Amino acid sequence: MNAILKTSPPRPGAEAVAAKGWLAAHKWLILRRCSQLGILLLFLVGPWFSLWIVKGNLNFSYTLSFLPLADPYVILQSLAARQVPEKLALIGAAIVLLFYLLVGGRAYCSWVCPVNLLTDFAYWLRVRLGIKGSAHISRPTRYWMLGMTLVAAAVSGSIAWEMLNPVSMLHRGLLFGLGLAWAVLLAVFLFDLFVMRHGWCGHLCPVGAFYSLVGKLSVLRVRLPARAACNDCMDCFAVCPEPQVIRPALKAIAGTPPMILEANCTNCGRCIDVCSKDVFAFGTRFNATVAPVTGVPQAAPK
Amino acid sequence: MDNENKPSAAARRQFLADTARMACGVGLLGLGLGLYARHARALPPAAIRPPGALPEAEFSAACIRCGMCVRDCPFDILHLAKPEEPMSTGTPYFVARQLPCEMCEDIPCVKACPTGALDHSLKDINKSKMGLAVLVDHETCLNFLGLRCDICYRVCPVIDKAITLDPQSNARTGRHTLFIPTVHSEHCTGCGKCEKACPTEVAAIKVLPLYMAKGQLSSHYRLGWVEKEKAGGSLVAPEVQHQYNMPEGMQYEHGKGLSGSSGAVPPAPTPAAPAALPKALQGSKL
Repeated sequence: MNAILKTSPPRPGAEAVAAKGWLAAHKWLILRRCSQLGILLLFLVGPWFSLWIVKGNLNFSYTLSFLPLADPYVILQSLAARQVPEKLALIGAAIVLLFYLLVGGRAYCSWVCPVNLLTDFAYWLRVRLGIKGSAHISRPTRYWMLGMTLVAAAVSGSIAWEMLNPVSMLHRGLLFGLGLAWAVLLAVFLFDLFVMRHGWCGHLCPVGAFYSLVGKLSVLRVRLPARAACNDCMDCFAVCPEPQVIRPALKAIAGTPPMILEANCTNCGRCIDVCSKDVFAFGTRFNATVAPVTGVPQAAPK
Repeated sequence: MDNENKPSAAARRQFLADTARMACGVGLLGLGLGLYARHARALPPAAIRPPGALPEAEFSAACIRCGMCVRDCPFDILHLAKPEEPMSTGTPYFVARQLPCEMCEDIPCVKACPTGALDHSLKDINKSKMGLAVLVDHETCLNFLGLRCDICYRVCPVIDKAITLDPQSNARTGRHTLFIPTVHSEHCTGCGKCEKACPTEVAAIKVLPLYMAKGQLSSHYRLGWVEKEKAGGSLVAPEVQHQYNMPEGMQYEHGKGLSGSSGAVPPAPTPAAPAALPKALQGSKL
């Protein structure tokens, strides 16, 4: 896009800013950052100000001594290592699973995970610095990583991935002391900045891979109620961390209904922000009829 | 891809090569991770797990590194291991010499554990086995040197059970008693108060993980005196009364000491007058 669009607005989303105003063109991005930082802050006010709204960390937390939340992926590794956790952890994992079945599995990545702040920053910097070229690792590598972590848990008899997992390392580090975890996080940052575009979150992270499996069935979806209005500006592809998920729905490939059903859509909503034609909107996966908003109405795919 | 046109042999080869490369790369990472995790099981001896912790092999599978125990410890003794520390990253431990376990009666750390990595069946903190105190250095322990330091004995929350002071004669002076702090594994909880309180520059008594601190008799060993008690008498041969060959007019009884025979030597059981003793038993060497 860099070479072709030299003459047109240099940043994706400029058209949307002109059409909708800056705030509307950044609505979901702002909400998402608020969610990420807000969740982090909820955890941090405990150790910082002894204000214990939430105890624990992303692996398990207890909110107001009432709501247990556990990471089902960590629980799965514990089970793979042949340990059955007590009830509280299982209830917590069930609640989290149900929640992500509603809001989209990888919503965890874009709305909660603190590493996303880091890798988004790396990507932002990569674009600003004009760093081109990217190592090639296929996106499904993350599923191999996921399988590997479960095998490692089973073979070593311990939750082995937790020794390296940058997600829990960052979150736990901020709450309980970072130690040398900063080196692991710096490695992830530099990898995303210099070696590979969307390298960690988009290709390798097994946590994201796990949540994407949850997201296969999830209810909340990005829908394309006005996909006929698309003017092929490519802004959505430019901002999307998983651009391969857009094409089938946008171009109705193989009769795909106008909603993004790919498991790796993170429901970040950035495509909704940057589209000047309002092609995208959040909705449920049910009732896939098209309600054209603007532009030429297309024949309903049903 | 099989709908449209059959992939060429070259494409298929490329696909297989890519997949193999990916599998090998991830596999290699997995191997490293597995080995790393195995190594981390050899818990460093200075790191003591919280009360109720499962044996290390199970603990590293059950603990989800959430830090709830750390948060609910009212004395803030617990830490989560950082990546550079030689144990599973994110697992809880304390260092007795820095801050020992205060042995709360309600055991809040165990209650806080959501997975049971800290075993919820532990209800009595006195039954916990975080480790075992070992008097590792007989050369620097002040009681071994003949002083009445006794600090480890005094601070022990299970005083007179987990640590007792066992008298021994002081061979160096020949006239004093050493009060040897002796740890009894049956009662020691491994809280580490003794290690924390030991006044020497480096603690002479240390809490070690059980697997390091405790020996084990071979299964075929029997303690003769225990078996004898159980059987109500000697099991091997009729017991022979031991005879002491004493000078005429003297008697020796185990546990009672020397005495004169009835009436012959007047000051019988009272502190033996040196004059009444035979020459061989007189002098300062007793």
